Amino acid sequence: MAQAGTTHPGPCQMMRTCEHMAAPVPNPQFVLRGARSAVHALHFCHGAQGHPLLLSGSLRGLVHVWSLQTRRPLAALDGHGGQCVTWLHTLPQGPQLLSQGRDLQLCVWDLAEGRNAVVDAVHLESVGFCRASVLAEGPQRWMLAVPGRGSDEVQVLELPSKTSVSCLKPEAGARLGMPMCLQLWQAESSPRPLLLAGYEDGSLALWDVSARKVCSRVACHSEPVMALALDPRRARGVSGSAEKVLAVWSLEGQQALQVRGTHELINPGIADLKIRPDSKILATAGWDHRVRVFQWRTMKPLAMLAFHSATVHCVAFNTTGLLAAGSGDQRISVWSLYPPT
Amino acid sequence: MDPVASAVRLAVQEAVHILSSSEDGGHIISTLQSLRRYLGETETQAPPEEQEEFSRTHFSTILRCLVGKLSPDWLDLLPDGQLEELWASFFLEGPADQAFLVLMESIEGAASPSFRLMKMARLLARFLSAGRMAAVMEGQCGQQAGPASRLLQETLLTRVVGLPDHLGNRLQRETLAAFFPQNYFPLLGEEVLRVLQAVVDSLRGGLDCSVSFLSQVLGKACVHGRQKEILGVLVPRLTVLTQGNCLWQRVCWRLVECVPDRAMEAVLKGLVEAAPGPEVLSRLLGNLVTKSKKAQFVMTQKLLFLQYSCSMPMLQSLLGYLAMDSQRRPLLVQALKELLETWGSSSAIRHTPLEQQRYVSKALLICLTHLGEAELRASRDELLASLMEGVKSRLDSSLPPVRRLGMIVAEVASARLHPEGPPLKFQYEEDELTREMLALAVPRPAADGPSEAGPPVAPVSGESPDQETVDSGGPQAGWEGSDSELDSDDELVPYDMSGDGEQRGSKTPAYVRDCLEALTASEDWERWEAALRALEGLVLKSPAATREVSLELAKVLLHLEEKTAVAGFERLRQRALVAVTVTDPARVAEYLAVQFYALNYSLRQRMDILDVLALAAQELSRPGRLGRAAQRGSPGPGSQPSGAAVPAWKAVVEERVRCKTRRFCKGSTGRAAAAGPNEFNAVAGYFFFPLLQRFDRPVVTFDLLGDDQLVLGRLAHTLGALMYLAVNTAVAVPMGKALLEFVWALRFHGDAYVRRGLLSAVSSVLLSVPAEWLLADLLDELLEARSWLADVAEQDADEDCRLLAVKALLLLEKLRDRLLPLSSP
Repeated sequence: MAQAGTTHPGPCQMMRTCEHMAAPVPNPQFVLRGARSAVHALHFCHGAQGHPLLLSGSLRGLVHVWSLQTRRPLAALDGHGGQCVTWLHTLPQGPQLLSQGRDLQLCVWDLAEGRNAVVDAVHLESVGFCRASVLAEGPQRWMLAVPGRGSDEVQVLELPSKTSVSCLKPEAGARLGMPMCLQLWQAESSPRPLLLAGYEDGSLALWDVSARKVCSRVACHSEPVMALALDPRRARGVSGSAEKVLAVWSLEGQQALQVRGTHELINPGIADLKIRPDSKILATAGWDHRVRVFQWRTMKPLAMLAFHSATVHCVAFNTTGLLAAGSGDQRISVWSLYPPT
Repeated sequence: MDPVASAVRLAVQEAVHILSSSEDGGHIISTLQSLRRYLGETETQAPPEEQEEFSRTHFSTILRCLVGKLSPDWLDLLPDGQLEELWASFFLEGPADQAFLVLMESIEGAASPSFRLMKMARLLARFLSAGRMAAVMEGQCGQQAGPASRLLQETLLTRVVGLPDHLGNRLQRETLAAFFPQNYFPLLGEEVLRVLQAVVDSLRGGLDCSVSFLSQVLGKACVHGRQKEILGVLVPRLTVLTQGNCLWQRVCWRLVECVPDRAMEAVLKGLVEAAPGPEVLSRLLGNLVTKSKKAQFVMTQKLLFLQYSCSMPMLQSLLGYLAMDSQRRPLLVQALKELLETWGSSSAIRHTPLEQQRYVSKALLICLTHLGEAELRASRDELLASLMEGVKSRLDSSLPPVRRLGMIVAEVASARLHPEGPPLKFQYEEDELTREMLALAVPRPAADGPSEAGPPVAPVSGESPDQETVDSGGPQAGWEGSDSELDSDDELVPYDMSGDGEQRGSKTPAYVRDCLEALTASEDWERWEAALRALEGLVLKSPAATREVSLELAKVLLHLEEKTAVAGFERLRQRALVAVTVTDPARVAEYLAVQFYALNYSLRQRMDILDVLALAAQELSRPGRLGRAAQRGSPGPGSQPSGAAVPAWKAVVEERVRCKTRRFCKGSTGRAAAAGPNEFNAVAGYFFFPLLQRFDRPVVTFDLLGDDQLVLGRLAHTLGALMYLAVNTAVAVPMGKALLEFVWALRFHGDAYVRRGLLSAVSSVLLSVPAEWLLADLLDELLEARSWLADVAEQDADEDCRLLAVKALLLLEKLRDRLLPLSSP
C-alpha cells in the first residue's frame, strides 16, 4: 500500500485499507496441545544447545517445556502444588527459571544439563494475580519486584540473596488499590532503577525504587490495569485494562508519565500485552478469545487472530519474531506474523 | 345643415371622386395633401371643428377608399414611393382606432395571398412598431361608455387581443415576426404600460379617466393563455412604479378590479405567478379579495382546493398576501380552517391524488407560519378537532406517504396550536419531501430583501466527554514518536479484519432441538439470543432433524416476542421461519396459512405470516436451489479455519488446467444454471388456497373487509406474488381462477393499497397462467377484468393504480397479439 511517508493514516483510511487488502488472516504456524489445563503464562527461552524452547505455565500448577523444533513437550515441572502458575521468566545467566505460582511461592529452577529441580524459592506475601518483574542489576545479581504484604504494597527484593531492597507503599489516602502489574526498568543513562506499577483503580505509577517515592502518577483507565508493556527505546508504553480501551503513555524525561492517547477496542478486557523486541508490533491477549496485533508505532490495527475458543491469558514474543498465545481452551497457538527483516 | 359639416363633406366627396377616377399622379398627390389638412400636423391646418367633423364622420370612408385603390400600378404613378408614403401616413397619423379597425377589416377582406394583403400586413406592422396601439387603447380610456361606444369597444377588444390569431389565419406561413404571440403580447404589455402612464398623468392633472378597457384587454389576453408574455412585461415595471407611489397603486388596484369576472381567475393566477413575493402582490392587488367576490373565490378556494398546480413560491405569495393586511387576515384563518378540514377528511384522503394531498398539506403549513398566537387561540378548539380527526384518518391509511404527511403536519400543527402541551413526535424517515415540508413550517423573514440568512451552521459535533486520561495532544499526535531512526519501519499491511465484531456468548446451541428448547424455556438471555442467531443455519444444515419438529418450531417462532433488545430481531426470526418453511413446506405452510385467519394474533404477526410465505415460496421456486443447498450443507465441523481455503485451492487448480490446455474451439464459457424441477410445484396449493378461504368472514379480532385493510392489501400482494412464483406449475390454472375471483370480489375497494395489490395480482395471473389455458378456462373472467382495468387506468385517483392497470392491459394486449397469428389462418 503506497502511502505518503510522513502522513499518518486516519481512521477511515485505515478502514479502506482493510477493505482493499483483504488478505485473509494466516493460520497459526502450529498449535501446542497437551497442557491439559488453561495456559496462564508463556515464555520463550533458549535451551542447552541453543535450541529454542517455549515454557508454559498452566492452571493446574505445571510448567511445560516445549521444544519448538519437535513441537513436543520436553518436560513438565511440578513445583507449585497444583496452584496456577502466573509468571515465568529465565535469568540470562545460565538456564535458571523463575516461576511464580498462586501457592505463594516463587520458585527458582535449574534447567541446565537436563536438570529440572527447584534450587530456591521465595515466599510471597500476596496471593493476587499480579505478575512479578525482574531486572538484572549486575552479573549474578537481580532485582525482583513482587506484590508485598500489605494489599497496596510492592516488595522489591534482591536475588539471589532475597534481601528486601525496599517496600513501596503509596502514601496514606492515595487509594490506589492492589498492584495489578509491575515492570522494573533502568534507563541506560541513569543508575536509578524505576518501577512501573499498574493499580486496581486504573492508575499507573512510576516509582523511584531507591528513593521509595512516586515520581509520577497518571490515571489511564477507569478499571483495574491488567497488563502493561514498555518500549524502553522510545520511552513509551501501553497498558490494557478490563475496559475496552488501550492507553498509550510516555515517560517524559524518564520522570513524568504522560498519556499520549487511547485506542478503542471492540470487546472489553485485556489479559496481557507484549511489544515485540524489535518494537515493531504489539500483541494483546483479549478476554474476547482473540489476539489483536497492532503496529506499535502508529497503533494501526494489523490483524485479529480468532483462533482460540476461550479467553486468551497470555502472549509472548521471541527474538525471531514468533508470537505465542496461551488460552483457556488449553491450547497454545504459535504464529509468525510480519517476520523481522 | 351645419355649414362646417357640409363644407367638409363637399371637400371629401370631391377628393373621393378624384382618387377613384384620376390616373394623374400629381393630381392625386395634391388631393391627398389637401385632405391631410384635416389631420392636422401640416403647416396649413384646417379649423378644429372641421378636423373633428372629418375624423368623426369621413375618416374611415377615406381610408377605405385608399385601401380600395391600392395596387402596384397606382403606387407607381409617382416615383420613389412618394405616393405610398403619403398613403401610409393617413393610417399612421389619423385617429388610431378607426385606422386600426380599417386595417384589420381590409386584411380580413383581402384575397390571400395578394399584393394588397402583404402591403396591409406590413402597414399594420409599422402601425404596431410606431406605438399606435397605445393610442388605440388610450382613446378608449377617456370615453364614457354609451351603447354605441360599448359596441365599438367590444369590436376593438376582439381585434386587439385576437390580432395574432387573425393575422396568423390570414397570412398562414407568410406571417410577420411582429405578429407572433410571443412578440405581440409583450408589445401589448408595453403599450398598456404607456397608457397607464398617460392615465396617471391625466389623473394628476385632475382629469377623470377609466381603465376598464385596459382591464378588459388584460383579462382577455390572460384568458387566451398569454399571462406569461403580457404579465412578464407588466409586473416587473409595475413593481417598481407602485413602490411608494399611491397614485400608481390605486390605478393598479383599479386595473385589476375592473377585470371582468370570467377573466379574473386567469389574471389573478398570472399575477400570483409573476409577482416575486407577497409584498409585491399586496401592492398590485390591494384589498381586492374583500371587494370582489370572484377574486375572493379564486384566491381562497380555487387556487387552494380546486387546483394543485401552483408552485411553492406561488403558494407562499398567495398566502403571504392574505396575511399582510388586517382586513384580509380573517380570510386566512378561514382558509386554514377549510384546509385543515379538507386535509383531515377521510373521503378526501381516499379519493384525491397524492399530489394534491401534498399540496394541501404544504398550504396548511404555510398558513400556520403566517398566523399569530392569538388568532390560532381564538379558533383552537375547532382547529384541534379537525386536526385530530385528520391525523387519525391519515395514520389509518395503508399508504406510507399519506401516513407520513399525517405525521409531519400533526407535529408542526400541534406545536403551533398547542405550544404549552408536550410536543408530538413521530418516527419517520427523513427524505426530500419531509425536509421541504419542515422548511416550509419555519417562518420566512418578513422583508423580501436580500438578507437571506444562510442555513444555520450545524453545531460542532460534541467532543466526547474528556476522559481524564486523554491529554490535549490528542491520540494521533501521540502515536508519532520523536526518535526517527526507530520509526523507519515501513507501513505494515493489515490483514483482513472484516470478521472482527462484538463477541457473542459461547452458548450457541448445536442442534435444532437445543434451539427449540432454548427459545421456549431458557431464562438465559444470552443463550436465547444465540439460539435465535444459530437457528437458520442449523435448520438448513439438518433438514431431517428439522422436519421432526417443524410444526413446533414454526409455532414457537411465530409467537416469539422480542424480550431483549436483540439487534435485527425481526429479521432473524423471519429468516428462521422461512428456513423452517422451506425445509418442510407442506405442513408448515399450511399451518401458517391457517393461522393467518386464527383468532389470537396481532396484525403484525399476520403480516409476518404473509411475508414468510412469500419469501419461502420464492426460495422454493428459485432455480438451482438444490445444488446450492447441498454445497452449503456439506462443510464439516465449522470451526476449522481451513474451510475457507478450499475454493481458493480449487481456483488455483482450475487456473493451472486452463493455462496448460489448448482448446480448438470454445463453447459457452459461462456455467449454465443447473436445471431442476420447480420445488414449489408440489406445495403451491398449501401456500395459496388456505389464504383465500376465509377473507370474507370476520372474526372478533380480525376483520379484513373492515378496519384491517392494510392486511388485506398485504394479502392481495402476497397472493399475487405466490401466483407469480407458481409459474410453470400444474396448479397455476386453478390458482389463477381463484385469484381472479378474489380480485373480482374486491375490485371496488376504497383503499388504494388494496387496489394496487389486486392489480398486481391480475398481472401475475396473466404472466403465470399459460395463454391457452387463460383462453380456455378464464375467458369470461378476463373479459370482465379487462373492462375493469380500462376503467381504473383512466379514472383511478391513485397514480400507481393507474400505472399498474396500464401494465396489466399491456399484458392482455400482448396475450392477444400472440394468439391472433394462431387463429387467423
